[in-house]
Amino acid sequence: MPDDKELLDTRSSSKMLANRIPMTAATDEAVLEMQSAAVDGEVLQKKPFGFLFWFALSFVGIVLFSAVLANVLPLQNPNFGHFSELNQGPSSAHLLGTDDLGRDLLARLVFGARVSLIVGFLGVAIGLVFGGSAGLISGYRGGRLDIALNAFSFIILAFPAIVAVIAIVTFWGASLFHITIILGIATIPLMYRVIRASSLAFAQRDFVVAAKTMGATNTRIVLREILPNVIPVMVTFSLITVAGLIVIEGTLAFLGLSVALPTPSWGNLINEGSSNDLLSINPLIMLWPAMAMFTLLWSINLIGDRLRQRFDLREGVL
Amino acid sequence: MTETSTTDATTNQGGEVVLDVKNLVVEFKSGRQRVQAVSGVTFQVRQGETLGLVGESGCGKSTTGRTLVQVQAATSGAVIYQGTDLTGMKGRALRELRTKIQMIFQDPISSLNPRRRIKDIVAEPLVIWKRGTKEERATKVRAMLEAVGIDPDAAGDRRPGEFSGGQCQRISIARALMADPDLLICDEPVSALDVSVQAQILNLLADLKDRFQLTMVFIAHDLAVVKNVSDRVAVMYLGKLVEVAGSDELYRAAAHPYTEALLASIPEPDPDHASSHKALTGELPSPLNPPSGCRFRTRCPYAQARCAEEEPLLREVAPGHQVACHFPVGPAKDQVAPPAAMAATDAPTA
Repeated sequence: MPDDKELLDTRSSSKMLANRIPMTAATDEAVLEMQSAAVDGEVLQKKPFGFLFWFALSFVGIVLFSAVLANVLPLQNPNFGHFSELNQGPSSAHLLGTDDLGRDLLARLVFGARVSLIVGFLGVAIGLVFGGSAGLISGYRGGRLDIALNAFSFIILAFPAIVAVIAIVTFWGASLFHITIILGIATIPLMYRVIRASSLAFAQRDFVVAAKTMGATNTRIVLREILPNVIPVMVTFSLITVAGLIVIEGTLAFLGLSVALPTPSWGNLINEGSSNDLLSINPLIMLWPAMAMFTLLWSINLIGDRLRQRFDLREGVL
Repeated sequence: MTETSTTDATTNQGGEVVLDVKNLVVEFKSGRQRVQAVSGVTFQVRQGETLGLVGESGCGKSTTGRTLVQVQAATSGAVIYQGTDLTGMKGRALRELRTKIQMIFQDPISSLNPRRRIKDIVAEPLVIWKRGTKEERATKVRAMLEAVGIDPDAAGDRRPGEFSGGQCQRISIARALMADPDLLICDEPVSALDVSVQAQILNLLADLKDRFQLTMVFIAHDLAVVKNVSDRVAVMYLGKLVEVAGSDELYRAAAHPYTEALLASIPEPDPDHASSHKALTGELPSPLNPPSGCRFRTRCPYAQARCAEEEPLLREVAPGHQVACHFPVGPAKDQVAPPAAMAATDAPTA
């Protein structure tokens, strides 16, 4: 028995060996192919974005497009009540139905998108312009400027943002302009910290020292050497923050602290749809904006994530 | 001070002084304390020579290198390039002058911006100073890439991540030379590379040095590498120079016990060969609290009472051979340093 087993073992192992020889040859070939392909740049071809990415991108595109062109598109007046058609389901006259005052839900949804998108993108733009540039400079220069800006950003971050926003809006008045400014300012320290960290990491790389010895000015170093490396983080984080601001605007609207009614925003549409037992009478009023917001946030986050993957450079290793 | 009287004799080569480093001190703040990474280093580099700078990790050799190109500010002392002290310079004047001193780094990957194309990286010095038209720059970039052994057609549009360490080092050498430097500071340019690639890069540097009439400061921790490329070698220990000598002289007749120990640590291909040198024990002392007197005494097999009390200064033991030791070893053994009281009156022996 033990002999048999041994025999079996040797047999199987010799078989494996026999198998392995052509296999190594094959892998060698594969390696060679890969190497030559690497020379031609084929292996380095990038992974496709995939269906979900394009779906998300077109959804964001459609929302942006319709929000910008809401006045031009053949939409009904979002604030006009058709009093004979209250709480109707979807029909050819009202594609998404009407609310308890007979207003066209599609029109309200599209006009409501404006508020969400303006707050989201403009707020992040404010954050990027101020926080981003401060972060770039702070990470590159270091020293006292860095310490001061850092401390300042911590002070702003220490306020619980939503409470601060509620307090300010209560006193200053809730308008789209005010909310965008306030949320933009709240974004500055976040942007600052993320971009500073990234900028700091690159500022200490040897290629920055090399740029200095070549006589590059500080401006040139920040714009040409550091910024291109920071942009991927910037884009990804900005998109996430856009989603975050849209949620905050929605929260404020739900609390009745965003743009005043009857101007629609997704947040106050949800607010309307959930009050006065409307949810049981006509759930569509709340369903559409909630779905739109969910899909938009998901899309933005997915786009951000896929872009990050694409931006990730394979850096050489020693 | 006492060194200055001997500096003229230390130069065994002709050629004018390109770089004159005088009593260079570099301090870093560490909390409330100050750490001296470089404490009073004086040396000269002459036109066309290669000065090797060796020492173990943390001895201040890289900091010295970075101070030479002024990316690290000196606390005191002077870095005089072609008669101009770089340490006091600012703004455009500094930016313009420092292009004459270029640097090659240890990590070739980190020394190239991963998001830029090779041809843009190499053209950068020309673009910064707006030299030539676009076409002239492109021609120059091609020529330079060819000179360092990179195919400009295949490489120009690629990014650094697609190249190996050796190739990246070639590219960063090309970039440094595009600035048209006189002086090249090589900060351990081959220590991150494979041994087979090391030789290629060293040969390339030697070729380019002749072709572009460069002067080099070659920083390394590997004495075997330094011996092959350097005309003179300066050995650093804990922020100070302990020995400066011609490359052959240093390997034949090391006078400082530390140099002796470094030489002994070069691996011997013969397994039966028993090292005649004493191996170095212990760790590098903290630069926060350097030993009194001679900084090497805590690890020196020959240390005596005098070494703790009095700091040895660089003095000449043979023409062009300086050592900072009270009790030098090797052929210079007989020349025990004169006692401190007599040092001032004694003329340096030649």
